[in-house]
Amino acid sequence: MADDLKTPLLDELEKGPWPSFVKDIKSLAGKKEMAKDLLRQLEKSYEDKRGYWKHGGLVGVMGYGGGVIGRYSALPEEFPGVSHFHTLRINQTSGWFYTADALREILNIWEEHGSGLLNVHGSTGDLVLLGTRTEELEPTFRALTEKGWDLGGSGSDLRTPSCCVGPGRCEYACYDTLSLAYNLTHAYQDELHRPMFNYKYKIKMSGCPNDCTAAIARSDMGIIGIWKDDIQVKPDAVAEYVDSGLDVQGLVVENCPTGCIELDGNEIKIDNSNCVKCMHCINVMPKALSPGKERGAAITLGAKAPIVEGALFGSVIIPFMKLEEPFEEVHDLIERIWEFWDEHGTNRERIGEFIERVSLATFLEGIGEKPLPQMIKAPRDNPYVFYEEYYAEEGEGEK
Amino acid sequence: MATEVERKTDIGPPHYEKFLHPLVKENYGKWEYHETLAPGVLMHHGPAGDLYTVRVSSPRLVSINFLNNILDLADKYADGYLRFTSRNNVEFLLANKDNIEPLKKEISELGLLVGGTNNAISNIVHTQGWVHCHSAATDASGLVKSVMDELAEYFTSQKLPAKLRIAVACCLNMCGAVHASDIAILGVHRTPPKIDNATLPNLCEIPTTVASCPNNAIRPTSIEGKTTVKVDEDKCMYCGNCYTVCPAMPLADPLNDGVSIWVGGKICNARSEPMFTKLAIPYLPNNPPRWPEVTGAVKNIVEIYAANAKPYERVGEWINRIGWPKFFDLTGIEFTKYHLDDFRHAGTTYRRSLHNRY
Repeated sequence: MADDLKTPLLDELEKGPWPSFVKDIKSLAGKKEMAKDLLRQLEKSYEDKRGYWKHGGLVGVMGYGGGVIGRYSALPEEFPGVSHFHTLRINQTSGWFYTADALREILNIWEEHGSGLLNVHGSTGDLVLLGTRTEELEPTFRALTEKGWDLGGSGSDLRTPSCCVGPGRCEYACYDTLSLAYNLTHAYQDELHRPMFNYKYKIKMSGCPNDCTAAIARSDMGIIGIWKDDIQVKPDAVAEYVDSGLDVQGLVVENCPTGCIELDGNEIKIDNSNCVKCMHCINVMPKALSPGKERGAAITLGAKAPIVEGALFGSVIIPFMKLEEPFEEVHDLIERIWEFWDEHGTNRERIGEFIERVSLATFLEGIGEKPLPQMIKAPRDNPYVFYEEYYAEEGEGEK
Repeated sequence: MATEVERKTDIGPPHYEKFLHPLVKENYGKWEYHETLAPGVLMHHGPAGDLYTVRVSSPRLVSINFLNNILDLADKYADGYLRFTSRNNVEFLLANKDNIEPLKKEISELGLLVGGTNNAISNIVHTQGWVHCHSAATDASGLVKSVMDELAEYFTSQKLPAKLRIAVACCLNMCGAVHASDIAILGVHRTPPKIDNATLPNLCEIPTTVASCPNNAIRPTSIEGKTTVKVDEDKCMYCGNCYTVCPAMPLADPLNDGVSIWVGGKICNARSEPMFTKLAIPYLPNNPPRWPEVTGAVKNIVEIYAANAKPYERVGEWINRIGWPKFFDLTGIEFTKYHLDDFRHAGTTYRRSLHNRY
C-alpha cells in the first residue's frame, strides 16, 4: 500500500464483522491514485465533518444528455487524484442477473479507464462506475458499447427501468418482469438518453404485491404483479403445515387483514371475493398457497421521496392489466401519460406532484382513463365539487 | 492498421437470457415453492430441479478486487452465474447442493457474511455521502458500516419477529428513499444556505432559484447592481432544493449537520398497507468514524422491537398496535415539538379521537 496514505479515522472502519468499504478501496490505493486520493479526501471529510465535492458539472458522452454524473473535488490541489471523479451509470441487466465472464469484461474496462470502484448497484438500479476523468468518458463508453453495455439515465429523463427477480427465480411472479423491463428499456432509448421531460421518470416492476423493488415508494410508475381469481390451494400441503406444528390459526388466519380465511381442522377455506391479495398467507405457507391463475399487474403512478412537496406513495391508476409480450398496452399507457405530463407539467414537477396539482380527475381525463373506485381509499369528504353538468333555463337545453 | 470502430449508441442493456443459469432457464416461470435451508440459503423448487441460492453481504461500494473474488467463487461453485438483490446483496445460484458448504467456507475466508433472508436485517440500502456527493449532510458508507457492525448478528440469523429493513440517505433528497423503511437514518442540515453573492449572479437562474423554495423563503434582491437572492431564514426548513438548482447556495455546516432517525415504514402489502417512516429522533450529531450515538439509537430500537413485537409484525405494525406514546416510553426516546408535523396537511397526523392508552 502507498506509504503516504495516513487515514487513522477511516482505519477504524476496517474493524468489525461487516465487510469494509475502506479495506476495499485501500486494496486499490497502491496502483490507483484516484483510490488513494479518494481515501485522503474522505479522511479529511471525517476530520472536518463535511463533504468536499463541487456541485455537479456538465460532462457526458457525445449525443447523450444523461448517464454521466459530473463530479469534481473542491480541493483539487490537495487531492489531484480526484480532481475529476465522474460517475457512469450503466444499464443493469433485468433482475440483476450476470455471468462472471460478462462482469469481468466490465471490470477490465473499468480498471483501464477509471478508479476501479463501483456501486453494485445504485439506488435506481444501474451498475455504477464510480470515478473517472473527463477525457476517459468517451473511451470508456466506446469500450462498454463494444461489449454490449450502454449508459443509464440521469437528469430529467427516463431512468433505467428496474425489476425484481420475477419468473427467473420466484414462484410468486404474476407476470414476466424481466421481459417487460428489457422491453421498456429498449423501447425508450431516446427518452432514457436524452433528457426531455419535466423531471425524472422512474419505472419499477415487481412481480407480486411483496414489491421487492419498492415500486410503490420509489417509482413514478410502478408495475406490480397481481391476480384476479382465487388463491391456489394445495390441501395436502396445508395439512402438512398444520401437522408440522405451524400455528396456522394464529400466524395466518388471524393476520389476514380482511378476515377471509377460516381454518377447519387441517383444511383452510378462503373467501376470495374479500381477499385483497396482500400475500401474507402465501408468504407464510409458500408450499401450500400460490397466487391465482388470472395474472397481470396493477399500475401505480406518482411515488417519490419528499423533495419538494412531501413524500408520496404511488396510487393505483390501472387496477389490473394483463401483461403479455409485446406489451403494447403498456407502451400505449406510458405514451399517453408522458404526452399529458409533457404538455401540462412544470419544470421539476414529478408526475405524482403533477397529478395532485391538476387533480386526479383532470389527469384521468387527460390520459383518457375512466375514474374507478379501485383508485381511491374513499370518496372526497368535502362538498366542493366542480359540477360540469347542470340544467340551464329553457332554450339552452342541458349542457 | 487499426480501423476506426463504428461508434455505437442506444443499444440498451444486453438480453437477460444470456445471464440465466441453465436451471433458471428450464424452470423459468415454473417455480413451485421455496424453502429456507439456513439463514442466507434458499432452495427454489421447480420441475427441472432445485436451485440453491447463497446470499452474501456486500458494502455496495466495492472495488474490482472485491468483485473479482466474488466472480472466481461464482465460477468455482455456481457454474459462473450470479445475481444481485435490490438491497445490494450478492447471490450465488447453485445447481449442486454439495457446493453450499464449501462456498460458505470460502465466503467466510473473504470476510463476508451469509444471511439477509426472511426475519433478518438485510443489507442497508444507502446513498453516496461524502464519498461522492456534493449535498451530503453525513457520510453513508461509514454509517452503514458502523450500524451493520453492531447489527451483524441480525443479518446472519432470522431471530427477529419479522423482516427489518434499514435505509440510509445522506440528505433530504433521499436518493436512498428512506421514506418507507422499518428504520431510516437520514442526514440533515439544520441551518439555511450560505449565499455566495460573488458567484450566484453568474451561476444561477434567478426565477428558477426563487421558484425552487417550497416555502417561498427566497426572494430576488440586488447587491452592488447585480441581481442575486436573499433567504428569509425564519421560513427556511433546510430542504436543500435551492442548492440543487443553484450551486451558489451550499448548506454544508460541520457544526450543525447531523443525522435524524425515522421508524415504521414498509413497502410490501402483506397484512397492512405500505406506510411512510415517521420521525423518532430529530437530531443526532455527526460523530465519525463510528457515529456511536446513531448506532446506539438504532440498536436500541431494534432490541426493543425484537422484545415486544408479535411474530410477523413489522416495526410500523407493532407501533400501530401499541400506539406512539408507548413506543416513546419503551424506547426511552424523548418526544419533542419537532415531532409535531407543520408541513402540508400536518393536521392529518394530529390525534382526532380519544383512542389513547393510559
